[in-house]
Amino acid sequence: MSDHAAHAPGLAHQFDDLDQQLDATTLGMWLFLAQEIMFFGGLFAAYAIYRSHYPEAFAAASHHLDIRLGGFNTVVLIFSSLTMALGVRAAQMGKNKTVFNYLLVTFMLGNLFLVVKAFEYHHKYVEGLIPGPWFSAHGATDPAVQMFFCLYFAMTGMHALHMVVGGGLLIYFMVQARRERYHAHYFGPIEIMGLYWHFVDIVWIFLFPLLYLLGLHQ
Amino acid sequence: MWTGFPLFPEAASTVAGGVDALYWFVIAISVFFSAGIFAAIFYFALRYSRKSLDEVPKPIHGSLALEITWSVIPFLITMVMFGWGTSLFFRNFHPPEGAMEIFVTGKQWMWKLQHPEGQREINELHVPVGRAVKLTMATEDVIHSFYIPAFRVKKDVVPGIYSSMWFEPTKPGKYHLFCAEYCGNQHSGMIGWVHVLSEPDYEAWLSGAPRGETMAQAGERLFQRLGCFTCHRADSPGRGPVLEGVFGSTVQLENGVKVVADEVYLRESILKPSAKTVAGYRTQMPTFQGQISEEGLMQVIAYIKSIARQERMNTPQ
Amino acid sequence: MNAALAPPPSAPPPAETPTHYLNANYGFRSWMFTLDHKRIALLYLASITLFFFIGGFYAVMLRLELVTPAGDLMSAENYNKSFTMHGVMMVFFFLIPSIPAVLGNFLIPLMIGARDLAFPRLNLLSWYIYMAGGMLTLYAMVAGGVDTGWTMYTPYSTTYSNSHVMVMAVGIFINGFSSILTGLNFIVTIHKMRAPGLTWFRLPLFVWAHYATSVIQVLGTPVIAITILLVALERGFGFGFFDPKLGGDPILFQHLFWFYSHPAVYIMILPSMGVVSELVTCFSRKKVFGYKFIAMSSVAIAVFGFLVWGHHMFVSGQSIYAGMIFSFLSFLVGIPSAIKVFNWTATMYKGSISYHTPMLYVFGFIGLFTIGGLTGLIVANLGLDVHLHDTYFIVAHFHYIMVGGAVMGYLGGIHFWWPKITGRLYPEGWARFSALVLFVGFNLTFFPQFLVGYLGMPRRYHAYPEEFQVFNVMSSAGASILGLGYLIPMIYLTWSWRYGKLAPPNPWGAKGLEWTTPSPPTTFNFEETPVVTEEAYAYAQEQETEESH
Repeated sequence: MSDHAAHAPGLAHQFDDLDQQLDATTLGMWLFLAQEIMFFGGLFAAYAIYRSHYPEAFAAASHHLDIRLGGFNTVVLIFSSLTMALGVRAAQMGKNKTVFNYLLVTFMLGNLFLVVKAFEYHHKYVEGLIPGPWFSAHGATDPAVQMFFCLYFAMTGMHALHMVVGGGLLIYFMVQARRERYHAHYFGPIEIMGLYWHFVDIVWIFLFPLLYLLGLHQ
Repeated sequence: MWTGFPLFPEAASTVAGGVDALYWFVIAISVFFSAGIFAAIFYFALRYSRKSLDEVPKPIHGSLALEITWSVIPFLITMVMFGWGTSLFFRNFHPPEGAMEIFVTGKQWMWKLQHPEGQREINELHVPVGRAVKLTMATEDVIHSFYIPAFRVKKDVVPGIYSSMWFEPTKPGKYHLFCAEYCGNQHSGMIGWVHVLSEPDYEAWLSGAPRGETMAQAGERLFQRLGCFTCHRADSPGRGPVLEGVFGSTVQLENGVKVVADEVYLRESILKPSAKTVAGYRTQMPTFQGQISEEGLMQVIAYIKSIARQERMNTPQ
Repeated sequence: MNAALAPPPSAPPPAETPTHYLNANYGFRSWMFTLDHKRIALLYLASITLFFFIGGFYAVMLRLELVTPAGDLMSAENYNKSFTMHGVMMVFFFLIPSIPAVLGNFLIPLMIGARDLAFPRLNLLSWYIYMAGGMLTLYAMVAGGVDTGWTMYTPYSTTYSNSHVMVMAVGIFINGFSSILTGLNFIVTIHKMRAPGLTWFRLPLFVWAHYATSVIQVLGTPVIAITILLVALERGFGFGFFDPKLGGDPILFQHLFWFYSHPAVYIMILPSMGVVSELVTCFSRKKVFGYKFIAMSSVAIAVFGFLVWGHHMFVSGQSIYAGMIFSFLSFLVGIPSAIKVFNWTATMYKGSISYHTPMLYVFGFIGLFTIGGLTGLIVANLGLDVHLHDTYFIVAHFHYIMVGGAVMGYLGGIHFWWPKITGRLYPEGWARFSALVLFVGFNLTFFPQFLVGYLGMPRRYHAYPEEFQVFNVMSSAGASILGLGYLIPMIYLTWSWRYGKLAPPNPWGAKGLEWTTPSPPTTFNFEETPVVTEEAYAYAQEQETEESH
């Protein structure tokens, strides 16, 4: 029993074979994503309730966001999901070098997103749109405008935090790919990384219309 | 100090009897079922105690019929409880027409009560027996909960909104008033008494209690002081709508929705004017958040109410 | 005293102590970096016991203060901090991890014939996360305490409290991920690591209960995490999510809070029900009555448990129709709970019942849980809850569930599997005595609280009117007995770890894969992966084939 690990590289002692390990880790990741959905779900619920209470204030507040930057970031993220998917494909075929390259591109795109986001946050700071005692939305009398920005920062901040974590994981997996760890029977970690990355992407796909495009219909 | 061994709180309101009856009903069912289960456990434990080390009883897999029986019967019983409790709650929810009004403000850590006639009390409430009393409640700070055990009534007082509840005392006496929602350091000190007085005693108390101006008068003074009258004019529509006759009427908002101008709406319109603006008036009114206390708000609303009443008296349909 | 035990193994214990998970290696590092689920379970056991006694200390202080109506023992501020710390310690750091993290961790791989949980590193990580959260919360306590109550209602917690809310909020937030990861680990393990032949309906009911619990942990805990994060953001940075001045709604906090914290009650009680299902069948030496109904009722409780949170807000001003629906669903949760009680009772019918300590805890559990559950029907009732909400009636009700239910099950389980965990038998006489003390002490503590609750005594009161004193004195007297009841097992269990009689692999004659391993088991549990060919609790296979069921 103790020599299980010796048979297949990457097989942990508690599993019988790599298939079982892949099944288990994939299910684990899906469960993790389920809890992530509930985590963001709390924020989305708060958003839905407050927006239905204060539709005008939310639409007005949404005009303070820059649709071009948000749209650009959306494109960046979607493209990064593509490169991530290609990276997973390369891992399944055991091409470690290609894996490395795709993960690197994904990593760069993720960083690009964060840089743009940082610029946006800076704009908000300059305009006095950070909630709290210094909040000063020009001309907006409705306090619910500030509520919108509370939610904006909480939601995009949480999302950005997930991006940062994803970036750290990408670095780890790039190192592993450099070490030629993956082959046609052992690619689970990259596949799971892909699930995570797509999830973070999808959260943004929801955030973008809810926050940026909300004011467009007026 | 030995104060006896009371098992039941006094029942001193019209709803108390109904609550107690339901309570007894559920207790009786509960005692019946627990007694049955306890008896079964005792009996089985003694009757089937292990006789020898290698004793192996025959297996019993289960019985679908039994499972259905002991699912359906409890279900039906709980549905009776549910139906009874819910109808009791719904019947007791809305105050009867013509209830006398009291305004309550919770504040760390006291209850401030205002009678429309102007009497103000702290942690004491005097009400006449046999008349329905409706409380309109607000809080200056955290969540409180207004609780009178003898009346079996309780309602949270939540920041930012008006809560309301009502009761009709049936017995003169002195009853506990508690804050039931934890509200900080002196939570257990936020208690007082409700004095239920007979009609003559209540009249005597009313005339004896120190009273300043009525709530509406105090509200009118605030209305002047805060400058509300410059836009809300009595004679002609100014920058704001005429408030005479507005209370209790239906107003149309800018977005086409119609709402009844009640206490909750008036309160919101004073604190968040842009939230629900009446059609035809651009949002120019500044917010009065932070400039008026909850008590003051109640007074202004009492004033707006009073001019609605005058208006109705002046122009009979 | 041990006369009714199963026949001892024919072979005398070998002269040399065989290698098992406890003596496989020694030293601080071998524990701090262990990946063995059994050792991690013991790490949890030690830390949970610590937090239990801290929480218990505060309970003692509360009961002492409440002996007299006047608030004379400590200041109102300290009283408020005491009940806050009592609640936080007991709920987040004792009850929620208790059975899953200790017994579940230890037993699930053993019960399903696996070498370990699916993710041993994650398992260790969740213990570290738990300790980090616990230490932060302890720091908040030492630094000056928190006075918000464990419910942390806004706006008191965000704006008005002058105590270390932030630190505690972060502590609880961190701790939440321990619970999530444990649940995730269990679900994957139960799905993917079962031994050949161990189909879903052959699983021990303990595993079913943990499966249902884990679903709640994974889906519920993140909601409290984000909620507490929002509270922290509001308190620390002025992001007024629940601030009425920005149009925020304090009631929204309550919805989010109870969306987790009500199902959390089922995180506490479901594993305990799983323990009881194991115990009742072993000490009746008989197949459990209505296996599928008990299994499915766990799942039903988990599902319905997510839909009843609004019953904590009947008087908060939520719509009366919402109240009606939440009340209806709360009654529905009662049905699967009743099914379990009936099935356990029926399992004893025509059984071969022995009165070992774990079975005494089962008797205690069924009795106390029945009372807790039936009083649940009273507080789920819209018409009655208006009067009872936030009174001692509620306090009594949930203690009957959480202490009378969850803790009784926990202690019963600890005694039952103690020989497996330690390889030693506990002293039966002392154990029976302390079970009795606990039962008496518990009822004396909490039954009077039902009465004083209906009289109208609100909870979280530092001082109270004099007519409530007699009940409070009874309650405090009971609490001192209860406290003794917790200390005795603490002492004799510790003693037996070293001096207890050596335990055979299967001292109770119980069924289940965990009893096929040596006591204590080896590090990787099984020499070779077992193959399961029979249903759970097949105490009488021979007769079974003859029967025509």
